[in-house]
Amino acid sequence: MTAKHEPVLPAGPTESAPQDGTAPLAVKPGSPASPDGPATTAHRAGGARVGGRQPRAASYSLAARDRRFGYGLVAPAVIVLLAITAFPLVYNIWNSFHHADYLFPTTFGTFAGVDNYKELFTAGLFVPSLYRTLGFTAVSVFVELVVGLALALALNRRFRGRALVRAAILIPWAVPTVVSGLLWKSMFDPQNGFVNFILLKLHLPLAHTTWLAQTWTAWGAILIADAWRNTPFMALLLLAGLQVIPNDVYEAAKIDGANALQTFWRLTLPMLKPALMVALIFRTLSSFLIFDVIYAMTNGGPGNSTQVLAYFNWFAMNGESNYGLGAAISVALMVMSLIIAYIYVTAFKTEQVV
Amino acid sequence: MAAATSTIARKPVARRRLRPGKAAGWSGFYVLVTIFVVVSLFPFYWIVITALKSQPEIAAGTSSLLPAHVTWSNFHAILTQHVFTRALINSVIVALSTTILTVIIASLAGYALARTQIRGKQLIMGFLLVAGFFPVIAMVGPMFITYRSIGLLDNLAGLVIVYFIYTMPLATWFLTSFFSQIPRELEEAAIVDGATRLQALRRVIVPVAVPGIFTVGILGFIFCWNDFLLALSFITSPSNYMAPLAIVNLGQSQYQTFYNLIDAAVVIITLPIALIVLFAQRRIISGLTAGSFR
Repeated sequence: MTAKHEPVLPAGPTESAPQDGTAPLAVKPGSPASPDGPATTAHRAGGARVGGRQPRAASYSLAARDRRFGYGLVAPAVIVLLAITAFPLVYNIWNSFHHADYLFPTTFGTFAGVDNYKELFTAGLFVPSLYRTLGFTAVSVFVELVVGLALALALNRRFRGRALVRAAILIPWAVPTVVSGLLWKSMFDPQNGFVNFILLKLHLPLAHTTWLAQTWTAWGAILIADAWRNTPFMALLLLAGLQVIPNDVYEAAKIDGANALQTFWRLTLPMLKPALMVALIFRTLSSFLIFDVIYAMTNGGPGNSTQVLAYFNWFAMNGESNYGLGAAISVALMVMSLIIAYIYVTAFKTEQVV
Repeated sequence: MAAATSTIARKPVARRRLRPGKAAGWSGFYVLVTIFVVVSLFPFYWIVITALKSQPEIAAGTSSLLPAHVTWSNFHAILTQHVFTRALINSVIVALSTTILTVIIASLAGYALARTQIRGKQLIMGFLLVAGFFPVIAMVGPMFITYRSIGLLDNLAGLVIVYFIYTMPLATWFLTSFFSQIPRELEEAAIVDGATRLQALRRVIVPVAVPGIFTVGILGFIFCWNDFLLALSFITSPSNYMAPLAIVNLGQSQYQTFYNLIDAAVVIITLPIALIVLFAQRRIISGLTAGSFR
């Protein structure tokens, strides 16, 4: 009896999960769905869960039919999902323990033990790439967060031409990442670019720099290219979060005599947390996995000085056709990406409990 | 009582009117906003004027921030270059096919996850999120080896498959939250009127869900249109290039970099997405925030 009843139970909490968990920003307070929401839920779950005395038999078969229908609809997606999460994951791990170098077809597919992982460290490219990647991620995310937040706060004020400004700053996001790299390469070009030209006309230093030929100036150029495309995007995500904060909260803070700084730290930032989390996860992961811009601007150079993990990974595979080594790097990247996402989710979750 | 009412009533008025102290704040604010807009848009201005420059002008280097002799020859040259036009067509075909596939599969799954009582929902949702944040580069190795052995390398259908695998999870995630906000009465009424579940889905729910489906479609299209890494890894012959790949190779295959040609190509491939972004701004942002879309 209880056993029969069990399977129906999880439907309630699971079903409401996406509503609470995923869409705090999208739910409009005045939407017609909210007043009848609870009533509908009770009505729907009534047969199976709440007052399930006499209509149990009927509702159970209905639920079974409903479930069959659901499985049919969700099946294609689940198959693809298995293909994406399980297949590359398992295959990467498998390959990372095997020789998979197209230049050595005789050993291709033979067991390699931990040779590929050993090569990561003996070749001496992995650890420096890791440091560079982490350094770039930290700096770029920090810069984009600070500037993006300032921009979001500015756009949250009412002023003439706001819609126009909002549209204007999102346009860089329409440029494909690799193209933005290519563009900034041309703009930093000492001959044909405008950066050195403007510096020269304004009598500023660095006017004769060959930006992409030196390590630190190359990183500066990469950072600018990355921030140019992604800061507005960060800003608009944060702006969407800001616009959900009800105005009367600010009114109340004002009446209580809070100054602008207090309002920002105690009110705006805590209420912005969900949006901050989404924006930070996006940006951190995409900075951590940066490839296109590096490929277009420096190809990892000068020397190896701008080689990041994703580039190293790609080069091991497409450049040296060593897919075993590539798999080992991919495994490392997958693990680290998961750790990054996990850190953000837990960090924001524990503090968010109110 | 009267005093309290009057202070409350005065507040909004005081906020709206500019006090002398605040005027300085506002002008500082406008300066800031102007800087942001200029920094965002100046590179576009630069691209456009570079695209309008002739080859001798490019060779002479930058001597002014204004265009001197406007020529359309770069656009003409690029649009008659077979590799580029072919790449544009490839990009459109691949991006559209992926988008349609994603929208169909993700709508069905999203509906099932939001509205039916299937088991393992939480597990699927969790997997969707993990899959959505799967590093693109980590797909390259396994897919390359697989494609090589089944002959899908250098094949546009192969690209559609990888792109679809990539856009589907977060599209489903977003549509699940979107579907669960649609009032349940709508389909219940349709079923009471004698429609089957599938009919109710097609005739009643899908029309209501058009904005959400539209958002997912746009984001999927943009992902495909912008991708470089996957195309670079799987495509080798110029006739199968996607637009970004064509542009990169356009600049690299020469002894000299033809920035004017590259920039003309950039203007052409950026324009459609820029227009989409401008018109669908709100949808895109809602998709990104609510659905944590990549």
